[in-house]
Amino acid sequence: MGTPHSSEYAIEMLHITKRFPGIIANDDITLQLRHGEIHALLGENGAGKSTLMSVLFGLYKAEEGTIKKDGKEVQINSPNDANDLGIGMVHQHFKLVECFTVLDNIIMGVEPVGAMGFLQKKQAREKVIALSEKYGLQVDPDAKIEDITVGMQQRTEILKMLYRDNEILIFDEPTAVLTPQEIEELMQIMRNLVAEGKSILFISHKLAEIMAVADRCTVLRKGKYIGTVETKDTTMEELSAMMVGRNVNFHVEKKPATPGDVVLEVQHMTVASKVHNNNAVRDVSFKVRRGEIVCIAGIDGNGQSELVYGLTGLEPLAGGRILMDGKDITKASIRKRLTSGMSHIPEDRHKHGLVLDYSLEYNMILQTYFESRFTNRIGFLRRKNIREYSDRLIEQFDVRSGQGSITPARAMSGGNQQKAIIAREIDKQPEILVAVQPTRGLDVGAIEYIHKQLVAQRDAGKAVLLISLELDEVMDVPDRILVMYEGEIVGELDPQKTTQEELGLYMAGAKRDEVKDE
Amino acid sequence: MRKVMKNAAVQAFLASILCILLGLLIGYIVLLFINPEGAWESILNIIKNFFTWSRPSSQIKQLGNTIAKTMPLILCSLSILFAYKVGLFNIGAAGQYVAGSCACLYAALAWGWSWLPCMLFAIVTAALLGAVSGFLKAYCNVNEVISGIMLNWIALYTANTILTNVKETASPYTLYLNKVNPGSMLPTAGLEGLFNGNTNVTIAVPIAIITAIVIWFILSKTKFGYELKATGNNKNAAKYAGMAQNRNIILTLMISGALAGLGASLLYQTGYMRWECTQSSVPSMGFNGIAAAFLGGLHPIGAIFSSFFIQHITDGGQYVNTNFYSSQISDVISSVIIYLCGFVLFIKLTMNKLITKSEEKKGAKQ
Repeated sequence: MGTPHSSEYAIEMLHITKRFPGIIANDDITLQLRHGEIHALLGENGAGKSTLMSVLFGLYKAEEGTIKKDGKEVQINSPNDANDLGIGMVHQHFKLVECFTVLDNIIMGVEPVGAMGFLQKKQAREKVIALSEKYGLQVDPDAKIEDITVGMQQRTEILKMLYRDNEILIFDEPTAVLTPQEIEELMQIMRNLVAEGKSILFISHKLAEIMAVADRCTVLRKGKYIGTVETKDTTMEELSAMMVGRNVNFHVEKKPATPGDVVLEVQHMTVASKVHNNNAVRDVSFKVRRGEIVCIAGIDGNGQSELVYGLTGLEPLAGGRILMDGKDITKASIRKRLTSGMSHIPEDRHKHGLVLDYSLEYNMILQTYFESRFTNRIGFLRRKNIREYSDRLIEQFDVRSGQGSITPARAMSGGNQQKAIIAREIDKQPEILVAVQPTRGLDVGAIEYIHKQLVAQRDAGKAVLLISLELDEVMDVPDRILVMYEGEIVGELDPQKTTQEELGLYMAGAKRDEVKDE
Repeated sequence: MRKVMKNAAVQAFLASILCILLGLLIGYIVLLFINPEGAWESILNIIKNFFTWSRPSSQIKQLGNTIAKTMPLILCSLSILFAYKVGLFNIGAAGQYVAGSCACLYAALAWGWSWLPCMLFAIVTAALLGAVSGFLKAYCNVNEVISGIMLNWIALYTANTILTNVKETASPYTLYLNKVNPGSMLPTAGLEGLFNGNTNVTIAVPIAIITAIVIWFILSKTKFGYELKATGNNKNAAKYAGMAQNRNIILTLMISGALAGLGASLLYQTGYMRWECTQSSVPSMGFNGIAAAFLGGLHPIGAIFSSFFIQHITDGGQYVNTNFYSSQISDVISSVIIYLCGFVLFIKLTMNKLITKSEEKKGAKQ
C-alpha cells in the first residue's frame, strides 16, 4: 500500500541449487514473490519445498543462487537473519507453549522490558488487540493455548508474525488441521493480510485451495522448477499434471459395495483419555460388515486415535464391548486379536508400525515371527524363509528400497515404509483391516495405490475400517461415513449423497443426529 | 576409505581404540601433575602390567592372574549389554554380582557343597534379585536404575551379614575355600599347565567364552532375541506387534542377573579372592562391566576383549612406582581410563557427524 517499492518483488530466490549426498534437493529453482500477492508453492512430498524454505530461513546454505529482498541481494545465514529481514513462518506443527497464554506466546522472544527487567505487558496487549482487530484475527489474549481451538492457535501463530512486523509471511500447509469452515476463515484472513500490503507464500498440495486463494503458483517436481502460472489462467487438472508429471485419477474407481455379515461390532465403547480427566471416546457403537469400507471422519483429536487404541488393544476399555465375528474380544490380548483376523495399519508408522533399526525383512515379520514358518521348534529364526517371504512381499507390493530385504527400515522413504506396512498387514489375510490415516504424508501416486489396495480388500469380501482426516479421502474411498466429534459419533452419512459442506458441519459439531444402531 | 569408515564394526573398533588412547593420555597427564619424575615409567608399567616382571615364567603366571579376574568381568559386561539391548540399564548388575558371591561362598563354606551346585546356586540367587528389579519395573513402573542402586546396597549389607558366619575369627575375610572345602573350587582341567602352574586359571575361562558366544547366538539368531531387541529398539512397536512386554522385562533382568551371578561364582570359586565382610562399598566388578560392555561396542564377542583390556589396566595399576605416588594412584589411573571407555558411543556419533559433513562438502564440490 502507499509506499512505493524499489523493486516489483518482495523476495526473490534466483537459481537456487542445494545438493545433499547422492541427491539434488533443489536444482536451479527460481521463486519470485511480488509485493502484496499470495503466491502458492506446489509440489509433492520430496519435491524440494521444505529444502527451499530452509534455504530462505538460513537453515541450509545453498551452493548456488542468490536471494534478493526488494531487489537488493542479501545473505541469510540463520533464522535470525530471516527474522531481521521481516520473513516469518507459520509451521505446519505449531510452535506454541501449551501452558502459556496467547499473549505470552506472541511476545515470547521479543518481550517488552522496562527498567529493572520487568515485563511491560500492557503495551504488548494493546498492540496485539490492535493487530487482531485490524486483520480480523479473533483471539482471546488471556486464554491458555491448551484450552483454545486449533483455528485460534493458528491465528496466534499469525499474530506472532505480525507482532514482529514481518512483511513476508510463509504458511506451511496451514489447512491440514482445519475444518472446511475454518479453512474458509483462514482464506479470508489471508486476503485481508495482502490487502494491508503483506506478501504471502502459501505452501500446499491441495489444488482447490490454491485455486481459491492464490494469485500465482510455482510448481516443483523432484527438486526441479517446473514453472510459475497465474491461477486465473490455469485449471486444477493442469496444475496436478505439472506437479505429478502425468495425469492423476483423482476419483477412486470402485463398484457399488455389497455388504455381507457383520465382522466387527462395537457396543457402547468408552476409552479414557490419557491427557485429560475425561473420556476420549464416549459410548460409541457401530458395525462393520464384510465387503464394505466404513470411514470414521473427524478433525484430529476428537477421539479417533483412542478409538483405534481401544479396538486394537493398545489401551484398555473403560466400558463397552467389542465383538469380532460374534466373539467377544473386549479383554483379548493384542496378539489374540492379531491372530484372529485383525490387521492394523497404525496412525504413526514410526512409533508403532516399524522398528526403524531393524531391516525391512525383520519388519515384515513383526507380528508373525513366532509362526512355525519363521521360527523352528527350538526357537531359532528360519532366516531363509524370512528372506523369501520378504522378497515376495517386496515384489508383490512394489516396495522400493536401496538394498531390498536387508535395507534398514530407517533408510527407506516414508512412502515405501508405508507400503511395507500395508504389504505386511494385507498379506495376513485379515477379516477386518483397521487403516488409520494410511495415506498421511504420502504423495499423490502412493495415495492412489493405497486407495486401490483398500478397495481391493473390500472387493475380496473383507471388512475395512478407515480412519481419515483428509476430506477428499473421506468423500472418495468409503461406502459409509461415521463422523466423530468430541468422542462421540454424531452422524452417519452416505458419501454419494452428502457434500463437503455438510460433512464439515458435522465435523465442527454444528450439526448432529442421533445415530441409530440399526 | 569413507566406505570403510562407514562400516559399523570398523567404527566401533576405532572408537574403542580412540577411547583407550585418550584414557591413557589423561591418565599420564594426571601423573605428570602429581609428580612429573616417575610419570612416564609408571604409565608404561600400567600398560605393561605382567610384562613388568623380568622372567618369562613370572610373566606368564601373572598373565594367568589377570585372565582369572577377566572372566567375571566378561560375565558382568554380558549382563549389562544383554539388558541394554532390550532398552534396560541394569546398574543392579553390581548387586546381583554381590548376591551371587554371597550365595556361592556360603554354600561352599557353610554347607560344604561341591562346585557345580554352588555355581548354580549363585546363578539362581542373582537371577532372583534381577527379577525383583524386573517386577518393580513391569508392574509398578519403577525405573530399573533406581531399584538397581537401592538393591545394590541391600545386597551388599545382607552379604556382609550372612558371610560373617563363615569368616576367619582374626580377620574380616571369609575362610579359605581350599582349606575348608576344596571340592567347591572350580576344576582347573589342566589349564594351570599353560600358565606356569597358576591354579587361579580354571574352567572359568571356557565357561565365560562359551557364555559370550551363546549370548551372541541368542541375540542375533533366535526368536527370543528378535523379540527382545524389538522391545529395546521400539517398545511401542513391540506392544503393537503383541509381544508380552512385562514378561520380557522380567525375563531380561533375570537373565542379566544370572550372568552377573555366574560371574561372581567364576571369581570366588577359584579361591583367588576372599570376601571382606566389613567392606562398605559395592564391589566395582559390576560397574566395570558397564565400561567393558560399551568399550566392546555392545557386542558379546567384543566384550571378551574389552574385559581383558580393562582388567589388564586395573592390574597394571599395582606396578606404578610407589616412591613417587601413593598406592591409590593406580585406582585413579584405571578409573580415568575406564571412565573414558564409556565414551565409545559418543565418539562413534562424532565420527559419523564428521563423515557426513565431509561427504556433504564433497557433494557440494561435485
